[in-house]
Amino acid sequence: MTSFKPADLAKICMRDIDPEFPQRMAPGGFVVAGKNFGCGSSREGAPISLKAAGVQAIVAEEFARIFYRNALNVCLPVIECPGVVSAIDLGDELEIALSSGTIRNISKGSVIQGVPIPGFLLEMMRAGGLIAFLKQQL
Amino acid sequence: MNIAQQARQQEGREEMTLVEKILARAAGREKVRPGEIVYANVDVAMTQDILGALAFPAFRELGIPVWDRDKIVMIIDHCAPPSTLLQAGYVVENIRFAEDYGIRHFYKMQGVCHQILPEEGFVKPGAVIVGTDSHTTTYGALGAFSTGIGSTEMVWVFAKGNLWLRVPETIRVEINGQLPPVVMAKDVMLKILSLIGTNGANYKALEYGGQTVQNMSMDGRLTLCNMAVEAGAKNGIVEVDEITRSYLKNRAQGEMELLKSDPDANYSRVLQLDVNNLDPQVACPHSPANVAPIGEVIGQKVDQVLIGTCTGGRLEDFRMAARLIQGKRISRNVRCLIIPASARIYLRMLEEGLLKVFAEAGCVISNPQCGPCGGISHGLLGDGEVCVSTSNRNFMGRMGSTKAKVYLASPATAAAAAVAGVLTDPREIEGGR
Repeated sequence: MTSFKPADLAKICMRDIDPEFPQRMAPGGFVVAGKNFGCGSSREGAPISLKAAGVQAIVAEEFARIFYRNALNVCLPVIECPGVVSAIDLGDELEIALSSGTIRNISKGSVIQGVPIPGFLLEMMRAGGLIAFLKQQL
Repeated sequence: MNIAQQARQQEGREEMTLVEKILARAAGREKVRPGEIVYANVDVAMTQDILGALAFPAFRELGIPVWDRDKIVMIIDHCAPPSTLLQAGYVVENIRFAEDYGIRHFYKMQGVCHQILPEEGFVKPGAVIVGTDSHTTTYGALGAFSTGIGSTEMVWVFAKGNLWLRVPETIRVEINGQLPPVVMAKDVMLKILSLIGTNGANYKALEYGGQTVQNMSMDGRLTLCNMAVEAGAKNGIVEVDEITRSYLKNRAQGEMELLKSDPDANYSRVLQLDVNNLDPQVACPHSPANVAPIGEVIGQKVDQVLIGTCTGGRLEDFRMAARLIQGKRISRNVRCLIIPASARIYLRMLEEGLLKVFAEAGCVISNPQCGPCGGISHGLLGDGEVCVSTSNRNFMGRMGSTKAKVYLASPATAAAAAVAGVLTDPREIEGGR
């Protein structure tokens, strides 16, 4: 990594899997992923790049632990939802309720139940992320 | 849960794992259960140069002092010394922060954070340690709870001295048997990864025990805990015993809690592993869990060998590598990088004549640092190149080109590849039998 600027990170987001990802990602779109999403280092560049590429939230069968924390800390909602990959197709319109973990697939008219984000983490995200939350407490 | 455990739970005497005990103490609680979220007090907070440099400007903005400057350890190891202006900027950022906030525990280019912290006595049994590096799991080898966090979280820790943690379920890895000659802790860990995968311990603690671990050196235990994160684990841990005490002697002072898991503690899974006949193991591209016994990959041509890093750059690792390389020349097709994990290890290698062995064989010897493991400096791979590395990750592009391939192996297997120019069974090399 030669830069930590969000705009630079957005350009190389997910390039190993799909070099076209940044172009194909519609602003406000969702990523639906499989198991161990975000596996790897402590670098916050991972969630920051996804957020900067326009991702509004990620729904996955399972997240890697450091990625899960880092994503919430930088205000990128992540919902763990076993079985989600087979329940959603590319282009489906989704509505996600963070506090209940409920994912409504509007295109298919179905509902999938994910793991809700704990209350105190929602409070942190409402504050604008971990740093903003910390500033409120000082 | 068995009947005895249920009875104890009803009496309020539920038994706990080592990790649960540490987190209960750190949270000021009598007991905690897996899945609970607690605020744990942090005993040591470690930053490495790059991910620290990302936290410092955000912390400065708060305009407050750090919660406890003696509990912070800052390390410059990834950009040691810097190779680009960007890296030089990180180094400057670190030096200024240490000066401005009075951080006295500051190690500039003296080795990799995960070797320096245990070696310099910052890791004590029962402690809670967090670091801005995913391989912070390493310190569990001394019976501490330690885990990696992001830069933003470190800003919180610097301000508050605590952190929210979900109490992890514990997986017990029971390892028994006598490791065959030349088969090392790294081979054991790669075998475990082949069994449980890169998410087999996600969010969970990996507690290593059994006869093999009891007989294992601290260097070996550090390797096991280092790579716990490769199975997705929150932390790796080994119970304190005589080997731990002897390692801590003349290193760590003050009170220490020598905790152990209760006999009937609840494990989410118990994994049994017999290592009596374990072959050397190799993780093939591009995943640490894509593991094969050496026999299946023999003959793969190699361009670079890396012996070093926080996984495979300790004294025991270089003694083993030197045993196989001694009196031979490195294959003319190969460049073999020797990068000690710390300045203390480097000095011991000098005293024991290991550096001479490597120099005479034609190895490239570097100063203590992270090196090319994370794709930062000192030996990046070009298109189409193949590297055998004693490090911990072989993800695509991690060590340079996305068109390069990395095989993870023990220092013995890496040394054998350096001599032969191809992946080779270290037991077939003189000195390896």
